[in-house]
Amino acid sequence: MNTSGEASRLSLLQAAWVVARRDFKAILFSRAFFIFLLGPLFPFIVASLASGVGGQVQREVSVNSIALVMSEEDSAAILAARERAIGTMDGLPEMVVLTPEEGEEAEAVLRRTNHAVLLSGDLENPVLTGPHIQIHRWDGAVSLMAAMATGSAPTSFPQIEERPLADTAAAARSDRIRTAQAGQLLLFLLMMLLAGMVLSNLVEEKANKVIEVLAAAIPMDAVFFGKLFAMLGVSFVGIAVWGSFGGALFLLAGEALPDIPDPALGWPLFALLGVAYFAMGYLLLGSLFLTIGSMAATVREVQTLSMPVTMAQLVVFFLAAYAMTSPGSPLEIFAAVFPLSSPFAMLARAAQSPDIWPHILALGWQALWVALFIKGGATLFRRRVMKSGKGSGGRRGILGLFARKQAV
Amino acid sequence: MLTKTGAMSRNPAEHNRQLAIEARGLVKRFDDTLAVDGVDISVPEGAIYGILGPNGAGKTTTLRMLLGIIDPDEGVRRVFGHDRPHEIAKWIGYLPEERGLYPAMKCDEAIAFMGSLRGLSLDEGRKRGRELMENHGLGHAIDRQIRQLSKGMAQTVQLLGTLVHKPRLVVLDEPFSGLDAINQGKLEGLIRDLSEQGTTVIFSTHVIHHAERLCNDVAIIAGGRVPYAGSVDAARDRIPAQVRLETRNENGEWRSALPDDARHDTKSGGGHFWYFPIPDSGIEALLKRLIDGEAGILSLSIERAGLHDAFVEIAGEAAARALEEDAAEAGR
Repeated sequence: MNTSGEASRLSLLQAAWVVARRDFKAILFSRAFFIFLLGPLFPFIVASLASGVGGQVQREVSVNSIALVMSEEDSAAILAARERAIGTMDGLPEMVVLTPEEGEEAEAVLRRTNHAVLLSGDLENPVLTGPHIQIHRWDGAVSLMAAMATGSAPTSFPQIEERPLADTAAAARSDRIRTAQAGQLLLFLLMMLLAGMVLSNLVEEKANKVIEVLAAAIPMDAVFFGKLFAMLGVSFVGIAVWGSFGGALFLLAGEALPDIPDPALGWPLFALLGVAYFAMGYLLLGSLFLTIGSMAATVREVQTLSMPVTMAQLVVFFLAAYAMTSPGSPLEIFAAVFPLSSPFAMLARAAQSPDIWPHILALGWQALWVALFIKGGATLFRRRVMKSGKGSGGRRGILGLFARKQAV
Repeated sequence: MLTKTGAMSRNPAEHNRQLAIEARGLVKRFDDTLAVDGVDISVPEGAIYGILGPNGAGKTTTLRMLLGIIDPDEGVRRVFGHDRPHEIAKWIGYLPEERGLYPAMKCDEAIAFMGSLRGLSLDEGRKRGRELMENHGLGHAIDRQIRQLSKGMAQTVQLLGTLVHKPRLVVLDEPFSGLDAINQGKLEGLIRDLSEQGTTVIFSTHVIHHAERLCNDVAIIAGGRVPYAGSVDAARDRIPAQVRLETRNENGEWRSALPDDARHDTKSGGGHFWYFPIPDSGIEALLKRLIDGEAGILSLSIERAGLHDAFVEIAGEAAARALEEDAAEAGR
């Protein structure tokens, strides 16, 4: 028999772990989870095929050409060198001679036309202007052809001067907004896909009456924590699987994928923060969904709730997406502080600003709200649902929250 | 022991025993419904304690408050001296009225999971679960999923899960409901065994004979109130013993020896039954008058009141009728 010699209860974390372990295993080893994993892969496969074809077309059609803005002699020499090389080498770029309008900058020329990069300067000192990725793609070929044109190949090759386009602060900022948008969108899509599952998470325990066994043994906060972390774990498994396919897609699609500029904090830290904000966003939204779902008396009620919940997710996303365009504005600060939009807003910040301390602060703030939401949800659950014996209590479901009290 | 009115128990010996559970003035409201209205209960350690009352009387709500599943609106509860029962969760085992197990789990896993909620490691829980199932004749079902079991077997598995961590206090909410007569008998045996090992058992029931056969003490609950909490013997002693007389003759001078309100039944074979309290003059004087008056005595016995009679006396006829209806409903 248990005696007082040992700790007489599980700690909150131990209790949450017991619940999380059970849920995680139960979900992971169910047939439904396999279908859940495969579901999103179908669009991935279609997308990868489409972008594979698209990438090929892209490589062949549009970004394969270099605009020549050089003297007539240099242009003619490099074109002749290309003709000579084409017999022995594959994959050389198209070259088109352009005459810029008077006073027109290279960037403007590239915008007006549809070329990968712009080659200017002379054969001794060629200059490549264009997006970073395109410069790196073509600098070798250009150096070779310039050397052939001057007759110095194969002993020496001219050094290419690189002029990447987005190297001004304003341009960099503008580009990073695209990174921020991409990060937010990915975060939102994953949350849409995964957080909704939490809505129906307590329905099983309510349906098979296990909830009473749990409630008697461990605090309801631990049940909520355990369930949320189990679902988060399941989500990470899903993300890992989909991420692997995404990686394969990336390799397949190549240049068809949009060129996403480096985030201000660098990719490793940005990715790390992405994971952290996903976890926080998931726990925040999940704790609310879990509470709402736990109030529901039937699966039908859960299904009915799904739509308004999705709308609420959209509103939060739009708030963060809109606020992102004006960093430091009251709206952006509000989006960063409001718990539900905070992960989205802060991920956008990670793309745009190199400061790390706001993220530490934000993660702490979000963790605090996760704890508060779970505490509130668990308390509400105990008060509203764990009422009495057969046929009473929580059977009224979430509608009971809005019911008017009867006169005594 | 405290009763509803705060009076001490009739059994002074219990006064010296440690209390496993002590509740005073527990009140619980759900919206506008007063589910429990000032319940006082004292359960001595090692006792088998019954909470007896019809459905809706407040039994489950009381147990839930004692276990910390819900908090009382008023009053205090202490389990082994602790105000918050979750603090001593490892010492408690609980079988709820509405049984609940994960249907996809195997039996030994289900038992181990229930043990793990009370601090037992999964490996140890699985090992003990297998032993318990073997000992209770369910060895063949150890690797079966819960969904593959009959209702009675699943109920037994859940009961074993309630006991796997060797709790000091076992709380059973309507443990006999849904069990056939054989399994009810087995459960009674198990409860007695637990008590002999020093485990305190508290269970709720609406079937009087279970409480009468098993319990040292009962709380009678009706309408959210506990009009009686104390020993079963003391409850029965509240009603005077009855004389049960069987005579060959129906009338005669001897009838004047019987009280005016003596209840009369006629036996199909011709005998007559008379029920009445022991007269003030005593049994010997009564016997003499019956013999002298040639009543034709076939039998005479003095019958002590049962718990059912005590329940009627204490909780009222309406509550007793509800209790009988619940029992009949459960038996169908």
